[in-house]
Amino acid sequence: MGALQSYRLRLQRRRWRIRAFRKRRELRAISDRTSEIKRDDILLFSTQRNEKIRLPFFLKYYREMGVNHFLIVDNNSDDGSLEYLMKQPDVSVWYTRKSYKRARFGVDWLNWLQWQHGHGHWCVVVDPDEFLIYPFCDSRPIRALTDWLDASSIKSFSAMLLDMYPKGRIDAQPYREGQNPMEITSWFDSGNYMIEKNRKFGNLWIQGGPRARMFFREKPEAAPALNKIPLVKWDRRYAYVSSTHMLLPRGLNLVYDEWGGEKASGVLLHTKFLDTFTAKATEELERKQHYAASQEYKAYAEILARNPDLWCKWSEKYINWRQLEILGLMSKGNWA
Amino acid sequence: MNGPEHQRHWGTVGIVMLVHTALDRAEQVARHWHAAGCPVVIHCDRTTPTADYRAFRKALSDLPDIQFATRHRCEWGTWGIVAATQEASELMLAQFPNVRHVYLASGSCLPLRPVQELIDYLADRPRTDFIESATTSDVPWTVGGLDEERFTLRFPFSWRKNRKLFDRYVAIQRAVRFRRRVPNGIVPHMGSQWWCLTRQTLSAILQDPERATYDRYFRRVWIPDESYFQTLARQYSTKIESRSLTLSKFDFQGKPHIFYDDHLQLLRRSDCFVARKIWAHAELLYESFLEGKHGALKRTEPNPGKIDRIFAKAVERRTRGRPGLYMHSRFPNEGWENGTTSSKYSVFQGFSDLFEDFEDWLAKATGAQVHGHLFAPERVEFAGGQSVINGALCDSAEIRDYNPKAFLTSLTWNTRGEWQCFQFGPKDNQELNWIVAGDPNAQISVISGAWAVPLFKSNRNFAEIRKDAAELQKIENEHLNVLRAPQSKARIRIWTMADFIESPMEPLQTIIDEIGHKTLRRLTEAPKMTDLTGFGQFLQNLKNQGMHPHLMGDFPVVHDPVGIQPKPRKPYLVQ
Repeated sequence: MGALQSYRLRLQRRRWRIRAFRKRRELRAISDRTSEIKRDDILLFSTQRNEKIRLPFFLKYYREMGVNHFLIVDNNSDDGSLEYLMKQPDVSVWYTRKSYKRARFGVDWLNWLQWQHGHGHWCVVVDPDEFLIYPFCDSRPIRALTDWLDASSIKSFSAMLLDMYPKGRIDAQPYREGQNPMEITSWFDSGNYMIEKNRKFGNLWIQGGPRARMFFREKPEAAPALNKIPLVKWDRRYAYVSSTHMLLPRGLNLVYDEWGGEKASGVLLHTKFLDTFTAKATEELERKQHYAASQEYKAYAEILARNPDLWCKWSEKYINWRQLEILGLMSKGNWA
Repeated sequence: MNGPEHQRHWGTVGIVMLVHTALDRAEQVARHWHAAGCPVVIHCDRTTPTADYRAFRKALSDLPDIQFATRHRCEWGTWGIVAATQEASELMLAQFPNVRHVYLASGSCLPLRPVQELIDYLADRPRTDFIESATTSDVPWTVGGLDEERFTLRFPFSWRKNRKLFDRYVAIQRAVRFRRRVPNGIVPHMGSQWWCLTRQTLSAILQDPERATYDRYFRRVWIPDESYFQTLARQYSTKIESRSLTLSKFDFQGKPHIFYDDHLQLLRRSDCFVARKIWAHAELLYESFLEGKHGALKRTEPNPGKIDRIFAKAVERRTRGRPGLYMHSRFPNEGWENGTTSSKYSVFQGFSDLFEDFEDWLAKATGAQVHGHLFAPERVEFAGGQSVINGALCDSAEIRDYNPKAFLTSLTWNTRGEWQCFQFGPKDNQELNWIVAGDPNAQISVISGAWAVPLFKSNRNFAEIRKDAAELQKIENEHLNVLRAPQSKARIRIWTMADFIESPMEPLQTIIDEIGHKTLRRLTEAPKMTDLTGFGQFLQNLKNQGMHPHLMGDFPVVHDPVGIQPKPRKPYLVQ
């Protein structure tokens, strides 16, 4: 990479940080417990809107994994989720009514919060419907992973978004608050992913899975990106560029090996396709607050009207991380 | 702890502990050693915060036989660690005259077997030094390309903090052919940092009149903690067992592997005395090995074979990966795939044009999964007309053409272990021609010119046929050039159509044998060749219109191919 390109990216990074700095005014601290954060704590950042039904299990899942503090932006919820979050002893909440889209789908808000509170911490950045799986996650807490990453001088950890879906109609099994969503959306596509390298940012661009297979058959180029880097040893100079798909400085995007080996990596189980999804899709389509003119949601609404079954004969049922490892969806790398 | 059997060899094994973090764990382990009657000398890194250090000393102040050595800065790869070890060892030898063996351990070492077993083991071998020690030429351990040069160059800069200076200084020294002289003709040896030496050997090293010379030399050696004692022990020891009693595995970057709770059974079965490094939060390990009762004493030799294999596999996974896998943490540059695809497959070009039931016949003859034209323009023709196949790969031509390489590599990955066969032709997506031709997993068989058969059979205007024929011939010709290029690594066979129909069974037999799914046997049934009556004339008509079809070889213009027409389904019964 030339010096010019490198300089451009540096400018761009600065631009995102200035933007995050400006957007800080949109956030109002509702319950700020960040003074309780200890030096080594593992933090989780998220934005949410009307996800009350998902939050109890979400918090439980990551608490058990060993996350110490949650920093959550509430985007104008009216389902009581804000009140629920305020009551949690390990959660700090910020509230905003401003546009999710104009905060670049929440990235600006979280960049600001991470800048303020994430420096020097391992930070998980996920949505309430994303569940991180890493090698040995059933026997080792996330601190074992971050300690190992620290010892190996690794600063960022990749986890591909794996779309999970139920067998049968999406609305066939209602989700109860507190329930493990993987009990319903327990199926996934194991081997239909397409990868390309993004020369500019050095990250991989991954598409595929059930959404490409069902919703984007005719225009796969529009299928959503599945590459994610949700776990980073944060420094206040870092910035997420687009969702958690890529970061700057670009070295953080090099989460893959280019010489034939495998780096350690995980998976984000994406439990979007619960019975709540149909309502959500309609709502999001009206709000037009999503990526690329909510193109994705238009495609969903169109097909969902026909009540499709995402499940097919070759769908895999989720068992554990070892299964994902064998299928080649994640890797232990040299962590044993 | 006061039973007579526990008094045996009381205080004969001294533990030198180097600690820097997780002092609570270090304290726990120090107490464990002490309780078994081992005097302990602890060296704490000077970079550890003073307050922590004070608290740590205070916490251990109730034990009489625990001493603390003067603190040094211990940066990885530098002399500080050796200085600390020397200091602590001297203190040990001076303060505890009963000590016969000194065991060097770290704060993250964990005794796996009762300490008494270690004491007895060493008491049975009173003159043996356990120190891994090998010459540089004998071992491939080193990381970063520095093996012999560790001893012949100078390393004043920190590898961790000033990597650039470090590398540049090495490069300069190489350029000017700088070489340090090794003092007194000693032969540099290397090995694990964790040793167990007898008082005689250790004191001989520490009290050597030449020690100042050696120290000066090793101060500028790279990673002296892996070579100082390992080299000098060779000077004095009467009996060296070149192995470490501490189980310690390193990964490809030279960092120690870490043990977690889920390694409990592995560690139990390893029968090693001490293991490192243990994750400080591995509650279960500390609980089981420090507090738990171990039951029957086996008194076996250490046997870390299984652990070795697991860690060796981890390193291989990290450096070589799984062939043919493309995923978010493995995306090799071109040429570094270690196998473009993950399993064998066959590409058949022209066969399904020439034979009417070729796909069924092939499936029956080989037991492989036989697809139609996977790269057909309208849709992916999966075996059995399925719309989705292994791995939920779907039949959308758009998705396939969006990233054809991903399609092919996914297919071979998803069906690894099962041989895939598919049809190919000049009408199909040609984007992968170079990749497939360069893939050693591919077996490509081409009957050139057979694309003319469907044209010949079609009921279309001749002008259109002529146009298509010209185009298909051009595409196939280009493809054949790719296949004949020197870069090709696939098993490639090309016949002209004329040659092939002369004696079709022989080439078919060869191809099928290579797929080799079923036990080797002769083919008993040939696929049914399509009726080619009039094909020669058809080609002649194309020629007459100025389009010269040459890829199918020479067909008799007037007469139809000999031997084909009158008995089209001659059963082939050999054996």
